[in-house]
Amino acid sequence: MTDHTAAIAGVYEHPTRNAPDKSTAQLHGDVAAGALEDAGLTTADVDGYFTAGRPGRVMSMVDYLGLEGLSYVDSTDLGGTSYVSHVGHAAAAVAAGKCEVALVTMAGRPRSRSGDGGPPSGPQADFEETYGIGTVNMYALAARRHMHEYGTTAEQLAEVRVAAAEHAQYNEDAMFQEPVTVEDVVESRLVSDPLHLLDCCVVSDGGGGVVVVSPAVADDLDRDCVSVLGHGEAVKHHDAGDIDLTHTGAVESGPRAFEAAGVTHDDIDYASVYDSFTITVVETLEDLGFCEKGAGGEFVEGGTLQAPDGELPFNTDGGGLCNNHPANRGGMPKIIETVRQLRGEANDPVQVPDCEIGLTHGTGGSLGTRMASTTLVLGGDR
Amino acid sequence: MADETTLPTPDVSPTPETETYWEAAAEGRLLVTECTDCGRVYHPPRARCPDCLSEDTEWVETRGEGEVYAHSVTRQTGPPYDDATPYVVAYVELAEGPRLLTNIVTDDPGALSVGQPVEVCFHETDDGEHAVPRFEPV
Repeated sequence: MTDHTAAIAGVYEHPTRNAPDKSTAQLHGDVAAGALEDAGLTTADVDGYFTAGRPGRVMSMVDYLGLEGLSYVDSTDLGGTSYVSHVGHAAAAVAAGKCEVALVTMAGRPRSRSGDGGPPSGPQADFEETYGIGTVNMYALAARRHMHEYGTTAEQLAEVRVAAAEHAQYNEDAMFQEPVTVEDVVESRLVSDPLHLLDCCVVSDGGGGVVVVSPAVADDLDRDCVSVLGHGEAVKHHDAGDIDLTHTGAVESGPRAFEAAGVTHDDIDYASVYDSFTITVVETLEDLGFCEKGAGGEFVEGGTLQAPDGELPFNTDGGGLCNNHPANRGGMPKIIETVRQLRGEANDPVQVPDCEIGLTHGTGGSLGTRMASTTLVLGGDR
Repeated sequence: MADETTLPTPDVSPTPETETYWEAAAEGRLLVTECTDCGRVYHPPRARCPDCLSEDTEWVETRGEGEVYAHSVTRQTGPPYDDATPYVVAYVELAEGPRLLTNIVTDDPGALSVGQPVEVCFHETDDGEHAVPRFEPV
């Protein structure tokens, strides 16, 4: 909690989950306005802008949002974790004196406009897309291998969904607000075995925004600001035929963030953990070091992830599994819910008491081929 | 040369780096690449070694044998495979080392298991110009 630590001053999660009546750019505009209003700032204050997506998108969004005089822009695209990385990059830019008020926006409409975006083909396409790979079956391969090596069960994966659904019932914007049981999950239809329908996140339209500011700006604002204490990121890939499906880039991003923040696992009061699928959470928790490698299935049993009293309350908005996974990119809501917890603004039944240090973890790309991991440690009084 | 299949087999787009691989596949041979400087055997092909960036790499013909590293029976997906469900996507670990993404061709996907021996087969692409390697239980 040094003086140069940048802070999150504003966040905004778009309430829509289905937006056939709005353009994607319009959603960016909505979340920019929402995040800046939350911080008590205006576009005139913004001197840094961050967004991801198709090549060229960052310039068209700067134009669309009418941002003037930017001294720093960043269009890093790491799939669903892009925006978690943007917060880390914004904090670094602020610390380097490149900008003082950084706005991050994201939006998309995969639900009402399927085919909106999608990953560009890389040099690996002929060796992958040829075989009918998709998001679900690639994560299914990871789940299969994790089950094979560590004895993880479908019932253990289901515990992740159960905890998320328990939280979602208190979120009036959540796409699915009904609690579920382990039986509900394992008896839902298989989409790509061993993953069932309820092992998968929602497909939702929407978006979100974050404002990262310098300490000097934060001190002038009336709003509770949340310090960016640590950031780490990593890309893990196929390794030219030597892929290991049972770990993620979190083995590298996690230690980097913990070290930068000077905290340990015991200090983490709340965690937003990217939950594209239940297996994503189990592998990530292991890789972040909350339990031993392979013990993630056992770790999530018994309400570990359930707020407010579980050992590691997670995704108290309902996560990507139940609440929101806008644009098929769930990193942004992860940041926003961590900030809500640290400000004491989560929904009452799931607010973690005395929540001081929170972790946000994003995952982009595919566990089955190449992926990115970003870890943020947030918190501290300002 | 190619075997019959009910799976869609989208056209591939060989590049200068990959055309030798695809020409061999059309002849029923599965190639991987080996770095003659550091010995790394790798897949998918690329001109420079992914370990040491040497350009001194050569094609190695595999035996076309391996075992299932991980598999999933896909029951729901988008085009062009949506009419082919259920079908099996898998990583196969070749005897030569590399793990490659592929399909397992079988009438009984529920009987597949990790570690099961498989061997390569080849299916002509829908444009008839090339062939892609898939695997079937031994």
